[in-house]
Amino acid sequence: MGRVLKQPFQEKKLFTERIIVSLIAVLVTFTLLLGRYFYLQVLQHDKYAAEADQNRIKYSRINPTRGLIYDRNGLLLAENITTYRLEVIPEQAKNLSKKLLALKNLIGIDDEAISEINEQLKYNPVFKPLTIKPKLTEQEVSQFVVQKHQFPGFEIKPYLIRKYLYPIELSHLIGYVGKISEAEYDRQDHSIYAKDDYFGKTGLEKYYEHQLHGIPGQLVTEINAQGKQLSETINTPPVNGTHLDLTIDMQLQKAAYRAFGEETGAAIAVNPNTGEILAMVSKPGYDTNEFINGISQTNYNELANSTEKPLFDRSIKGGYEPGSTIKPYIALAGLYHQLITPESTMFSNGYFQIPNQARRYHDWKQGGHGQVDLINSLAESVNVFFYDLAYRLGIDNIHDFLKPFKFGQLTNIDVAGEKQGILPSRTWKQANRDMIWFPGETVITGIGQGYFVITPVQMAQALSILASKGQINPLHLVKKEHTTSALPFAIQPHHWQVVHDGLTAVINAPNGTARAIKEDDYLIAGKSGTSQVFGKSEEDIYKKNEELPKHLRNHALFIAFAPIEQPEIAVVVVAEHGASGTKAAAPIAKSIITAFMQEHPTLTATNNE
Amino acid sequence: MNKRFFTYIPDPVLLVLLMLLMGYGLVVLYSAGGMVLVERQAVRIALGLSALYFITQIRPERFEQFTPIIYVGSIMLLVAVFFFGISVKGAQRWLDLGISIQPSELCKISLPMMVAWIFRHTALPPNWKYLLAAAVAIGIGAGLIYKQPDLGTSILVSASGIFVIFLAGISWKFILGGLVMGALSLPVLWQFLHEYQRQRVLMFLNPEADPLNYGWNIIQSKIAIGSGGFWGKGWTEGSQTQLDFLPEHSTDFILSVLSEEFGFFGVLVLFFLYTLIILRCFFIAQQAKTTYNRLLCGALTLIFFVYITINAGMISGVLPVVGVPLPLVSYGGTSVLTLLASFGIITSVHSHKKLIQQ
Repeated sequence: MGRVLKQPFQEKKLFTERIIVSLIAVLVTFTLLLGRYFYLQVLQHDKYAAEADQNRIKYSRINPTRGLIYDRNGLLLAENITTYRLEVIPEQAKNLSKKLLALKNLIGIDDEAISEINEQLKYNPVFKPLTIKPKLTEQEVSQFVVQKHQFPGFEIKPYLIRKYLYPIELSHLIGYVGKISEAEYDRQDHSIYAKDDYFGKTGLEKYYEHQLHGIPGQLVTEINAQGKQLSETINTPPVNGTHLDLTIDMQLQKAAYRAFGEETGAAIAVNPNTGEILAMVSKPGYDTNEFINGISQTNYNELANSTEKPLFDRSIKGGYEPGSTIKPYIALAGLYHQLITPESTMFSNGYFQIPNQARRYHDWKQGGHGQVDLINSLAESVNVFFYDLAYRLGIDNIHDFLKPFKFGQLTNIDVAGEKQGILPSRTWKQANRDMIWFPGETVITGIGQGYFVITPVQMAQALSILASKGQINPLHLVKKEHTTSALPFAIQPHHWQVVHDGLTAVINAPNGTARAIKEDDYLIAGKSGTSQVFGKSEEDIYKKNEELPKHLRNHALFIAFAPIEQPEIAVVVVAEHGASGTKAAAPIAKSIITAFMQEHPTLTATNNE
Repeated sequence: MNKRFFTYIPDPVLLVLLMLLMGYGLVVLYSAGGMVLVERQAVRIALGLSALYFITQIRPERFEQFTPIIYVGSIMLLVAVFFFGISVKGAQRWLDLGISIQPSELCKISLPMMVAWIFRHTALPPNWKYLLAAAVAIGIGAGLIYKQPDLGTSILVSASGIFVIFLAGISWKFILGGLVMGALSLPVLWQFLHEYQRQRVLMFLNPEADPLNYGWNIIQSKIAIGSGGFWGKGWTEGSQTQLDFLPEHSTDFILSVLSEEFGFFGVLVLFFLYTLIILRCFFIAQQAKTTYNRLLCGALTLIFFVYITINAGMISGVLPVVGVPLPLVSYGGTSVLTLLASFGIITSVHSHKKLIQQ
């Protein structure tokens, strides 16, 4: 590139000229700006001085009251109560750090809290109140009030705080509110949310945040020239949050939680005719009231590190193999695809083999169950029957049939945090394991093992469809008009019936696996299942469950509905590490159904005839 | 070598003027936000002054030499913000070193550096090839910032590059043509504005239409300024400030506090200081020996001037509300650090000019 020669003197002259032009521009602009200030401050001074003098109106926010939460019978579950907090306006307090130490004994704040307050003080504007302690006991309030004259700038402020009346039983379901985080605040409408608002963090509180929150009103305060308040009027009143009427029956919820005893796990009870959830438990729960103003680090660590994982919502996030509880659905698929009839029989000799393969897929009963039909295969949980059926169905048919039952699909239940899980298929395996599907995997799919990851709420949705013989009533927790839709394929009524009969036999036939929970007053249908727990060592695999440490035992599953003629309740129970579905999970399901029936005695009466 | 490294005292005239200005700012800040803010701002000023001092020790040839690296580095940071900004909340807070520094702030220095670097050896006024290169350098930086999205900073950053082109002696015909083009493209620009930006422009044209939000800020700010009168209401006596009518006292609206409490006289003093600083910087630029030094010093000074104008115009209701702080007076760390760093470049040019002659 041919470079044009620089001519230093000429260039310097040119630059000087530009600097002079710039200087003129600066001077002209500054003169114009000063002209503007002269106009405002000297020529218009009287006008603005008068306006400043009359400037006595301030606008502030009136917080709406958060919506209350009731159970299906109008029992209050979550309310707002008046609490007191201690605040300080830093610029009005003298000797702030000394005063904080003096407060240590008076209102019981620890060193950790004090150092946190000192940290916050660095970022808190001096004229803005800072909370010293969010929740004072009555005793602390009275102790402080007596000493108040020693603490200028400190103030006790009343405010409304959320309170959960059944925090343990409903901890995952209702969830909790906490102070809105910066990230949450950024995404909200700032005319509705303030920086110190409470915000739903989990569960229903999160899902229904916008309904529950309400819309703030505006308060007009008149002050005089010294800043003293003269009057207060409400410009626009706040619109309080809407109440939530849940489909939950608190009596049943408590019964379900109690039924677990020492076990951990999840239980869901639904009305299969409406999709209303009557009880939904994840055990253990935890005290959600502790979280509202921020839980202490020690308590949080204790919860987070507990081997029982109380913070984990098993009902919508827990992933399990469905185990044998998948069998009724596989049976339906076989009937639908005309691979079996209600009358089909087969001989169980103790194991199943894929033609030309050596591997044996075993029955749980050594030596097999002998000649069995569909009803007996369900009653006795005959693996070989379902190995064979699944093999003949093929994975594609199984996947396509189970999908509308919501296995491995989001049920879109109205609570925050649901996980999708996995419904195994060729495409899923190709995408996630980068491998083709093997026929042996189809075989174990027939007894609900393999790649399945199914949540209790999905099992409940599927069971509700099964119990109502094909009605899809979307599961929900807040009362609303329910919509029913049908499965994408039509299953004949006598096909539904034979599967119902098989499940009834599980509990009521002399050879039923869960005959121990048989009820005389009404008939329950059900099915047990075992969800394998992995991570066992080589030698542990051959041990019986009872010999294993608890955390390596298999999960126990039970699904049940009653009364069988017109099911009004369908129950899914997962008892973690319960080892046996019939021993650990079935009694829990039974006591939930019993509690429900005791509340609705008319349902049992019809069966007594 | 080490001894020599600490031997350059920053231009005392400029240094005294800057310290007077910042001292004045702290006095106003005390009234606006109390001692805590003053202490914190003083720490930032101290940090900024040490940065200025250290930059003064560096020979301007070094800046020139490293300009392409600095420019590419700041562009890469912008690109990083562009990519990670989606998943990481708060895309702007890229470097959190106690004081958050945005890559776009860095561009306010690195972009004029780059344009000056492009013109460093060519005959001035530059021919179209160099102008095109300059336009590309400006376009990349401003475009990335616009995408963040931050229209205000994007315009300011392009302005800092355009000032270099202006100082390089580009013909008046081009400048006039550019101005006409700019005016004609305003309706097109309007289409690119976000809803909230349009709102702000509309509010500026008619503040009474929205007396509760942006309009409210400007109305209250004008009342504060106007009620100050010629001598002001006195230090910490401004009712608009002290009764909390004035928004964001300590940051963008600190000049309203100054106007209310020190009156028109206080404003005159402030602008007198600003004018002296600009004069001194122009003098240093004019005395500089290399094209690169001249252009860079001149452009940095002009950008400083633009900030003052935008802020003073905004709070007195003659320019729309854009979040630009009052240079070296408003509370805030980033702006003080970048400004003092750019003054460091100017003092470095001043301190090292004799050596170049040898």
